[in-house]
Amino acid sequence: MDIYRAHVLVCGGTGCSSSGSAKLIERFEEKIAEAGLEKEVKVIRTGCFGLCEAGPVVIVYPDGTFYSRVKPENVDEIVSEHLLKGRKVEHLVYTDHATKEQNAEKALEDITFYKYQQRIALRNCGVIDPENIDEYLAMDGYRALEKALTTMTREQVIDEVLKSGLRGRGGAGFPTGMKWKFAYNSVNDQKYVACNADEGDPGAFMDRSILEGDPHAVIEAMAIAGYAIGASEGYIYVRAEYPIAVKRLQVAIGQAEDYGLLGDDILGTGFKFHLHIRLGAGAFVCGEETALMHSIEGKRGEPTTRPPFPAVKGLFEKPTMLNNVETYANIAQIILKGADWYSSIGTEKSKGTKVFALGGKINNTGLVEVPMGTTLRTVIYDIGGGCPNGKKFKAVQTGGPSGGCLPESLLDTPVDYDNLIAAGSMMGSGGMIVMDEDNCMVDIARFYMEFIVDESCGKCTPCRVGTKRMLEILKRITEGKGEEGDIEKLEELANTIKNTALCGLGQTAPNPVLSTLRFFRDEYEAHIKEKRCPAHHCQNLLQYVITDKCRGCTACARVCPAQAISGEVKKQHVIDPKKCLKCGACMEKCRFGAIIKI
Amino acid sequence: MKSLAELEAIRKATLSKINVRTEEKGDTTRVVIGMATCGIAAGARPVMLAFMNEIQTRQLNHVTVSQTGCVGMCRLEPMVDVYLPGKEKVTYVHVKPEMVPRIVAEHIVNGRPVEEYTIGAAENA
Repeated sequence: MDIYRAHVLVCGGTGCSSSGSAKLIERFEEKIAEAGLEKEVKVIRTGCFGLCEAGPVVIVYPDGTFYSRVKPENVDEIVSEHLLKGRKVEHLVYTDHATKEQNAEKALEDITFYKYQQRIALRNCGVIDPENIDEYLAMDGYRALEKALTTMTREQVIDEVLKSGLRGRGGAGFPTGMKWKFAYNSVNDQKYVACNADEGDPGAFMDRSILEGDPHAVIEAMAIAGYAIGASEGYIYVRAEYPIAVKRLQVAIGQAEDYGLLGDDILGTGFKFHLHIRLGAGAFVCGEETALMHSIEGKRGEPTTRPPFPAVKGLFEKPTMLNNVETYANIAQIILKGADWYSSIGTEKSKGTKVFALGGKINNTGLVEVPMGTTLRTVIYDIGGGCPNGKKFKAVQTGGPSGGCLPESLLDTPVDYDNLIAAGSMMGSGGMIVMDEDNCMVDIARFYMEFIVDESCGKCTPCRVGTKRMLEILKRITEGKGEEGDIEKLEELANTIKNTALCGLGQTAPNPVLSTLRFFRDEYEAHIKEKRCPAHHCQNLLQYVITDKCRGCTACARVCPAQAISGEVKKQHVIDPKKCLKCGACMEKCRFGAIIKI
Repeated sequence: MKSLAELEAIRKATLSKINVRTEEKGDTTRVVIGMATCGIAAGARPVMLAFMNEIQTRQLNHVTVSQTGCVGMCRLEPMVDVYLPGKEKVTYVHVKPEMVPRIVAEHIVNGRPVEEYTIGAAENA
């Protein structure tokens, strides 16, 4: 590798890959060669930059020009104008949602989307080439492993993690250092370190992005964990639906082995650590620790009761320490910069930063990392750019199917483990799905319950049967067949399931229903008592009507698949509610805004 | 297997190759080369390559090479602006590849502009 005057960084994360970034890379390489610039300009495929909404994303250094939504045909222009002549292609430069400014000369950190962020777990994502260990090394990679192995005792490493205040990023928020300590205290001839990369919450994708953008960070942390607790083997359990993450992990493990950073005599210290990948078939329950370990062993992915806890009896009946990907991504920085540095970030009981995946009705869909204690409002409005099309914000769902929906009145809640639980939701893995006035909260609860019913493993009755009954009631309500007493039944079922289910999946399954009942009870009541959906979302409870704004252009009548619209040319049309399929095609077609939902 | 020293060497070597990606900080020196049609026609590309070579040989981690358009003095191309942190810009004109090692050594490394190559010298001559 030689010095190049300019680097073209193209995002190779899953988001940008699906919007065609692989083609961009090919085209860049081809056009750069055509222009004779191959000795001056280097193209690098990086991990996720986080601003997936603007993808595919291309950044040109040294000036740091941030191009968004780049199409293959734009590449020619970037090469011939920017790379050859040094003139930025203004019309492709990213426009800041908040300031409406184009990022021409500005550094990445000055874009509103990045300004409020502090990237620790995502520090290398979008900065280095994840398939090149040298670049990871250059960003102080494996220095923490070096430090731990050569200057720290096992107890000191655990102590540092304990003091940092780091808590599990998979959702439950158990203190990571305690986990390490328990595993350290277990005496056995064989122990295991495992990594939970079975990211299953709908809408969460930070673990995938870390594995795709910075796989060595996880490998290094697992080796440190192995040293600390006394394990010589490690397993990464990653879902097979993440092909890019799996491939980069494989490449990274191979490179680490070549460099002697994994293997029998790491850095000549005699410490032995081997890492294996196990692919999961994508069952939600396999994110639960006992089910995950059964799945690694080749057994059916079902949870078992605890105790014994994995730290005593886990993988292959041996003491096992299981952490989530994002948790691991923080470890090397804690060892390098110290527990005091880490614990200076965040709130009293939640230290450090948390990555959130922003999705749903939000302008800047993507991945953000903010210090604990940042308010929901900052995340959703300042970073996320608010709801698109000027719609009114209604709720934000955090914590996936185990979490809950929080209304506008709670937007000033500082985000940390305890505050979110107090507000009636939870941190979860960090999915944040924003809903606007068009979302029906009963239907949202139904969606999550449907997910749980699909994913319930069926081992215990409360979860297998209880969630199914809850789904039936929710479906009934959204179809306009809700009965008096349904809300009470839902609450009774929810509390029973919460108290009696075997594993975390079942125990938290009723949360979306409980939290929507808590904050949006009036919507449930409107559905049941008035047979009305306040958000005009539930199809059985709404009607399309043509108002007197109609000019009689006949566009709606022509587009209606059920011939439900009739009327003379230049006169107001009418919809026959008996024939109407409620597909909404007429409303989309109408240029006068004459069709409304009631 | 790599030894600790070897890893350190890889870190250092790689860092000098990728630090073009770090955002410009106060201590970055910028070399800006006029690369409009007039600049290229006058031979700016070999000059740029010479700068890159020299920077690589000397492992100068805080120097970026970039290009700009035509400033309107096409007769003086190839033109190169050097921005040392906290100093006034210095403009070199009629730059040839063989002049580059001296500019790098005397100006970028030691902070003494090569007066005889600058625009002031060319205009007074």
